[in-house]
Amino acid sequence: MASSFLSIEHVSKSFARGQSATQVLRDINLSIVRGEYVSIIGHSGCGKSTLLNLIAGLTKITTGGIILENKEVNEPGPDRAVVFQNHSLLPWLTTYQNVKLAVDKVFSQLKSRAERHAWTMHNLELVQMVHAKDKLPAEISGGMKQRVGIARALAMEPKVLLLDEPFGALDALTRAHLQDSVMQIHARLGNTVIMITHDVDEAVLLSDRIVMMTNGPSATIGEILDVPLPRPRKRLELSSDPTYLRSREAVMRFLYERHRAPALQAA
Amino acid sequence: MRGLDPLFQVLRTVPPLAWLPLSLAAFRDGQPSAIFVIFITAIWPIIINTAVGIRNIPTDYRNVAAVLRLNQLEFFWKIMIPAAAPYIFTGLRIGIGLSWLAIVAAEMLIGGVGIGFFIWDAWNSSRISEIILALIYVGLIGFMLDRLVAGIGHHATRGTATS
Repeated sequence: MASSFLSIEHVSKSFARGQSATQVLRDINLSIVRGEYVSIIGHSGCGKSTLLNLIAGLTKITTGGIILENKEVNEPGPDRAVVFQNHSLLPWLTTYQNVKLAVDKVFSQLKSRAERHAWTMHNLELVQMVHAKDKLPAEISGGMKQRVGIARALAMEPKVLLLDEPFGALDALTRAHLQDSVMQIHARLGNTVIMITHDVDEAVLLSDRIVMMTNGPSATIGEILDVPLPRPRKRLELSSDPTYLRSREAVMRFLYERHRAPALQAA
Repeated sequence: MRGLDPLFQVLRTVPPLAWLPLSLAAFRDGQPSAIFVIFITAIWPIIINTAVGIRNIPTDYRNVAAVLRLNQLEFFWKIMIPAAAPYIFTGLRIGIGLSWLAIVAAEMLIGGVGIGFFIWDAWNSSRISEIILALIYVGLIGFMLDRLVAGIGHHATRGTATS
């Protein structure tokens, strides 16, 4: 497809251990348009994190290819910034320095020192973390750490923002707050986002499309659901919106009827 | 590093004073021999802990470095050294304790200077109370050295090292 921004074509991934190889992902095909927010949902162990790592270039593809803006992806790079599940901020750097590290590396040639400072502050502002810019990661809450993680990723001006269960380790209230922030940022900057999640509500609330994965081993894309909800989306209004409820039900049906978790199937 | 580990473990268990005759034979002088004994005693926990620290750099930090495309030098200074620093300082703390141990023992054997010689001299002159005083002194200095290194470690690693 010519119009697609990021395309994943016939991607399979096997992990070899000694003589035996386990196929984790089988024949994944997906194309994503610029500015789209895509969620990948599936039971744990279905290889969704592996898929994200493949897009990030952190894991090598076994067969097939991933093409981002007509260039093949085969190594990690700042054009595909990752927000990791456990924030992975460097604990010896302040929040400002954590973001600055990325800015300094990515824009070392392109921006002056003053511009890099301004850009770092701008990104901290975007996630409302300027007040804690001199705090170490150990001194701030989990939600705040994740904000800084998002700021660090945004600061690289990535073509695609990869979120690996970014809200998984947070409590429900903080999660809702952060989801709203991500929606605002997405509306403002129009980033292309791929998010891994196992939360149905989160997927429906945030995404333009939801990619549902079958169970592993040899997991693949089971179904892709369009979420035709207008933006900006308001959490409260949506809770009784028929489109929202229908989308939610569709994902639930997929996950709990047709592709139940292996552990549940046995029971 | 992993291949050298058994070698380190063997060398580590050699008691400090066992090195002294060999180093006396090599240097033919008390002072450098004593310094060599201190060095050879203190170096192993520092090396072993540093190796453990580098081996234990979380995958997350490596991934961050990969996404940012840090080169080897940047990875070394910005990720490896700070990530291993708490382990290095643990090694240094053990090392300084051991070297204080070795210093006192070496001074007893080489003679002429230092608190070790003072204790030995006091024993030869049957001044038991001075020995007890010296022991308390040795203990307190050892404690202070440990605290000093821990304090530097705490400061240098911004609180990520335990003190």
